Amino acid sequence: MKLATALVHAGVRRDPAYGAVSVPVYQSATFQHPALGMSTGYDYSRTGNPTRTALEEALARAEGGVRALAFSSGMAAITCVLRLFGPADHLVVTEDLYGGTYRLLEQVFSLPHTYVDTTDLAAVRAVIRPGTRAILVESLTNPRMKRADLAALADLCREHGLLLIVDNTFLTPCLCRPLELGADIVIHSATKYLAGHNDVVAGAVVVRDAGLGERLYFVQNAAGMALGPQDSWLVIRGLKTLALRMERHQQNAARIAGWLRQHPLVEDVLYPGVSGMLSFTVTDPDLVPQVLRRVKLILFAESLGGVETLITFPAVQTHADMPAEVRERLGITDRLLRLSVGIEDADDLIADLAQALEGEAGGGRE
Amino acid sequence: MEFGTRLLHTGHEVDRATGAAAVPIYQVSTFGQPGLSTPGPYDYARSGNPTRRALEDIIADLEGGVRGFAFSSGLAALSSALMLFSAGDHLVVTDDCYGGTYRLLTRVLSRFGITVSFADTSDPDAVRRALQPNTRGLLIETISNPFLKRTDVRAMAEIAREHGLRLLVDNTLLSPCLCRPLGEGADIVIHSATKYLGGHSDLIAGVAAVRDPALADELYFIQNAVGAVLGPHECFLVMRGIKTLKLRMEKQVATAARIAEWLRGRREVAEVYYPGVGAMVTFRLAREAMAEPFVQRLQLPLLGVSLGAVESLVAVPARHSHAALQPEERRRRGITDDLIRFSVGIEEPADLLADLEQALVYAAEQV
Repeated sequence: MKLATALVHAGVRRDPAYGAVSVPVYQSATFQHPALGMSTGYDYSRTGNPTRTALEEALARAEGGVRALAFSSGMAAITCVLRLFGPADHLVVTEDLYGGTYRLLEQVFSLPHTYVDTTDLAAVRAVIRPGTRAILVESLTNPRMKRADLAALADLCREHGLLLIVDNTFLTPCLCRPLELGADIVIHSATKYLAGHNDVVAGAVVVRDAGLGERLYFVQNAAGMALGPQDSWLVIRGLKTLALRMERHQQNAARIAGWLRQHPLVEDVLYPGVSGMLSFTVTDPDLVPQVLRRVKLILFAESLGGVETLITFPAVQTHADMPAEVRERLGITDRLLRLSVGIEDADDLIADLAQALEGEAGGGRE
Repeated sequence: MEFGTRLLHTGHEVDRATGAAAVPIYQVSTFGQPGLSTPGPYDYARSGNPTRRALEDIIADLEGGVRGFAFSSGLAALSSALMLFSAGDHLVVTDDCYGGTYRLLTRVLSRFGITVSFADTSDPDAVRRALQPNTRGLLIETISNPFLKRTDVRAMAEIAREHGLRLLVDNTLLSPCLCRPLGEGADIVIHSATKYLGGHSDLIAGVAAVRDPALADELYFIQNAVGAVLGPHECFLVMRGIKTLKLRMEKQVATAARIAEWLRGRREVAEVYYPGVGAMVTFRLAREAMAEPFVQRLQLPLLGVSLGAVESLVAVPARHSHAALQPEERRRRGITDDLIRFSVGIEEPADLLADLEQALVYAAEQV
């Protein structure tokens, strides 16, 4: 069965009582035990809930894993994974990563870690040391859109007995399936493309080893960060159109990237030819507030991956928690804008960007 | 305004924009910004959501705090609050604590170099004896689980003050109706809102409240960075439950007192643990072998985990709330199969008593 087909059937055939095509929302905290020592398989919703199970099974299938876990947010998913490690463990981490992940590593956990350009295998190799336990990368980095060679990183990890952890939020299983390339753990902010409608905050972890799945499940249950049933149902609903949406996101992004590349007020466009995300630098920092104020169709809002096109300014939004020198070094400057291209008609999006960049007809900036 | 009225008149009872008499459910992840230098009050739902904010304001007000926080579960609230401590810190914790708390402390936090000692917190001297030079926090349950021992928050607050400790209070089994720990010197109050606050066995949630603005900022940082937040639909349901909190608790407390009294007179019951407050009754059956037929035979209470709901619930802690403990630990604490924990609901007392009677009689006949 192709992925697109499997996605459409997320949550289907899950109502034993009436055959409802859409999985019921089991809005229940607890479940009656038939007798002492017996259970229906469900006891308490933090530990397990049928609607969440339906989502978790759909996610596992989508990423080609054996087990998935759904969390109250992407950060909760990452937190759960980081809780696998202790103060003696060292992590190698992509330097160009989401500011919230950076914040967890710098200000919440005391795990030793080293940032490195994970597209440079020699550099990665050089920072591995005896206590290293894992490499954490984003399949497409935020916001520089760099793609690491996951298969090569997986080989490296195997060589050194490390776990390869991949945040696959920007690409989704439609464009990349890290577990099939040798990764051990895949993480998603399901808030983004998976749910796809800017209407739910959720996270996911998928693994291909049952033992590792059990260890992560233990933490999810013990620290209580599981996704509620209503939100689980909304993510399931979003998954059904994921394949269709990704196709349109990519088509639109490619067209917009091409148009931006030719624009005199745009200095540089970062678009890797895949996904619906792109970043671009404008020629003058003053253009940034202008564009953000002038866009009419495109929304100036945090987040990404939804059906509506969103624009953000990473230096003060997603990467505000990084020190300025780090941001500068990574090219997250005061002229870099990030676009999450939606599924509107591309002509309308280009027209909106044109008027936002160019100001009033005939030029001139505000 | 009296507490029962404040439950309904929270400041959020009318939506300012539309006049709607319930808080709108902001089922949304992101918020459009007016401009680069004019950010809106919300930007990303993990960081803040109007529906969650309403619940958080309400819990802060009910607990007499300056700020409230809503999490995806009671354990998420607890594990987030405990992230305020650092490697090398030591905590003293109520020894008769919920099994999930025990598991979190001994099998997750232990990895981060946080050590724990358990003490009978109903005895301040026992708590003092458990203190170490590196003790940084006290975590207590106002009513312990499952033996329902009462811990005096003021006495604990005094110890905390003397030794510069943070006092965390799990107030789940009493609710702000019956106890407001912040006013008695606690630093952080935590609830599994799944229980009395939500009150209908239909959601999983946790809440916390603090009374110090600086601590509020610290806890907010963790809530946002770790993101174990409560979704908007669940927030709405907790707020809905809170409206009837006092009504429910009054009925539950009155019935629990009657049931405790009645159980004390039964030959099928060896011991009753009831602190004279709250709506939980724990009791030990005369013979361990009675447990299975007893719970089998009960008609009204649901057999399962959780507590605090409108429906009565019966649990066997050895198999339910404290299954997470190792068998030796359970035995040491006296949590064996003959121990029954009864969460009294709002059914008519006569019906509950009749049901208990027929089940006890039947169970006694089986052994």
